[in-house]
Amino acid sequence: MNTPSSLSFEDLERVYALLAETIDGLGPEREALFLSKLTLVLAQALGDFETVTRAMDTARRDLD
Amino acid sequence: MHIPDAPRQDSLYFTYPVFPFTRPVEMDGERPLHDVVIVGGGPVGLVTAIELARHGVRAVVLESKSSVSDGSRALAFSRRSQEIMHGLGITTRVQAKALSWTEGRSFYRDKIIFRLSMPRSAEERFGPMINLQQCYLEKFLVERIADADLAELRWCNQVTGATQTADKVTISLDTPEGAYQLDARYVIAADGARSALRETFGLRMSGASHEGVYLIADIKIDSALPTERHAWFDPPSNPGATMLMHKQPDGLWRVDYQLREDQDPEVELQPERIKARIQSHLDLIGETAPWELEMSSLYKAHCICLDDYRHGRVLFAGDAAHLVPIFGVRGLNSGIADANNLAWKMASVLSGGSADRLLDSYSAERRPATLEIFEQATKSTAFMTPPSRGYRLLRDAALSLALSQPWAGELANPRQSQPYDYADSPLNAETDDDAVFTAGPRTGAPLADARLTDGNHLLDHIGPGPTLLGFGLDKQGPDLDWPGVKWPGVKRLAVSRSAAPAPDTLADPHGHLFERFGATEDCCYLIRPDGHVAGRWRTYDPGVVEAALQRLFAA
Repeated sequence: MNTPSSLSFEDLERVYALLAETIDGLGPEREALFLSKLTLVLAQALGDFETVTRAMDTARRDLD
Repeated sequence: MHIPDAPRQDSLYFTYPVFPFTRPVEMDGERPLHDVVIVGGGPVGLVTAIELARHGVRAVVLESKSSVSDGSRALAFSRRSQEIMHGLGITTRVQAKALSWTEGRSFYRDKIIFRLSMPRSAEERFGPMINLQQCYLEKFLVERIADADLAELRWCNQVTGATQTADKVTISLDTPEGAYQLDARYVIAADGARSALRETFGLRMSGASHEGVYLIADIKIDSALPTERHAWFDPPSNPGATMLMHKQPDGLWRVDYQLREDQDPEVELQPERIKARIQSHLDLIGETAPWELEMSSLYKAHCICLDDYRHGRVLFAGDAAHLVPIFGVRGLNSGIADANNLAWKMASVLSGGSADRLLDSYSAERRPATLEIFEQATKSTAFMTPPSRGYRLLRDAALSLALSQPWAGELANPRQSQPYDYADSPLNAETDDDAVFTAGPRTGAPLADARLTDGNHLLDHIGPGPTLLGFGLDKQGPDLDWPGVKWPGVKRLAVSRSAAPAPDTLADPHGHLFERFGATEDCCYLIRPDGHVAGRWRTYDPGVVEAALQRLFAA
């Protein structure tokens, strides 16, 4: 998913840490709900169905 | 011997009439071949009987009970159903009793997340939705039939069997005075979810049944709350459940709530338990008036239907043909649309004007309508009662987001019943200019109503037979009779830009109708007897319209 709108490496690192800390702060019982909400919000902000489904395919790879 | 149970007499608002058994001619040695027999005197059967009478056919209606239906049944009627009821001649009775509504609110816990708004247009005679208990609708339909002697209603007649040959259907019945048989050229099975005819002919409905059991209760309470659809997801009064409230005439409220998987339906049905749960909810919404329980029952959502709504000479309508979830008020509204679709076809076939194959188009048009309902209802039901962990997670995510993001609240939209467009119908004109129009109802869609300069409505001028709506055609087109068909002729209705046009012509001095229908001079719409558009053309060509009429009537 290397598109012109990719995050800079610095920002990617910041998102990585922020997400990790947010999940730690929420605790396991709220993590799934939070991630589902986050996905809907990001999808809405992206505004493009194809990009969202491609992202889902990418995320589904190599889960085991 | 079939002796129906006496109707309940302890209702808090409705006096159930008792209709006596009348000995039919078949029990005294006669054996006429009836044109059409309707099995089931519920709303779909009664609407079909009146629709048939409008088209000149007198039906026999067989009903096993001796009164109208009790219980928590259909409640909300769409604009399209109100328009159909208008044609049946029951509008005065219905509108005097019913409650009209245009708004709805959905809550997550105790905060509002979605507002449903169905604006009422000045073009249309009726509002988007009314609430009326089914027992009232049935009572008004029976009164209408009796007042004008439109059909033969046979109460206390229970179907015990049926057979059919190439020419007729024979039905076996049991009555308070014993058994008899009758013969009919065609039978309309409007005998409900547990259709005896469906059973008799060994027909199965297929589809999906949804998880989740709902408890439905009608309560009588003197509440000042407005007539709106209210839905609560996970309310503090009933954590984890979904609740719905709808106001009905006579101070009744319909309360639906979902039972959780860990709740035993039999325990939940106990009056004390119901009272506690409803009281807890009334407390939540600040309702302090005393109330009583009228009725309660359990409900499970199904999306199942027959593969074909026609079985030889038997045609299935309403719940006998399809069961749809209640969310979105699609059940009886689609049954009324069935009756509206079937009656004119049946009448035309019986009169000899149409080939029997016209009746095949009933299933070809109404079954896709059911499948579209399934699609909508499955989405609503999956939101109301999530069927899996994934659906529950996303539903909860949407609800939680909706507290701050209005776009997420749209996911809680109950998707109220919409009329179905017969866009792919085999009856639609083979060649028309539908694609060229930029406004107006498309081919297959129900004709949109419009307010006329005299304050009346366009729909009042349509039907009961086919109507040709011609724009600017008041300058006199060729005569268009209907050769070879014993149909009461095509009604020609011209729309004129003149302020004072000829009689039977609609005045449109401001071009309002032209605009609403995307029309230009010489443009015309062919309207079916059920009010749907069969074809529309930019230029009126009698030969083309004639061909469309032949196709429409399978002549």
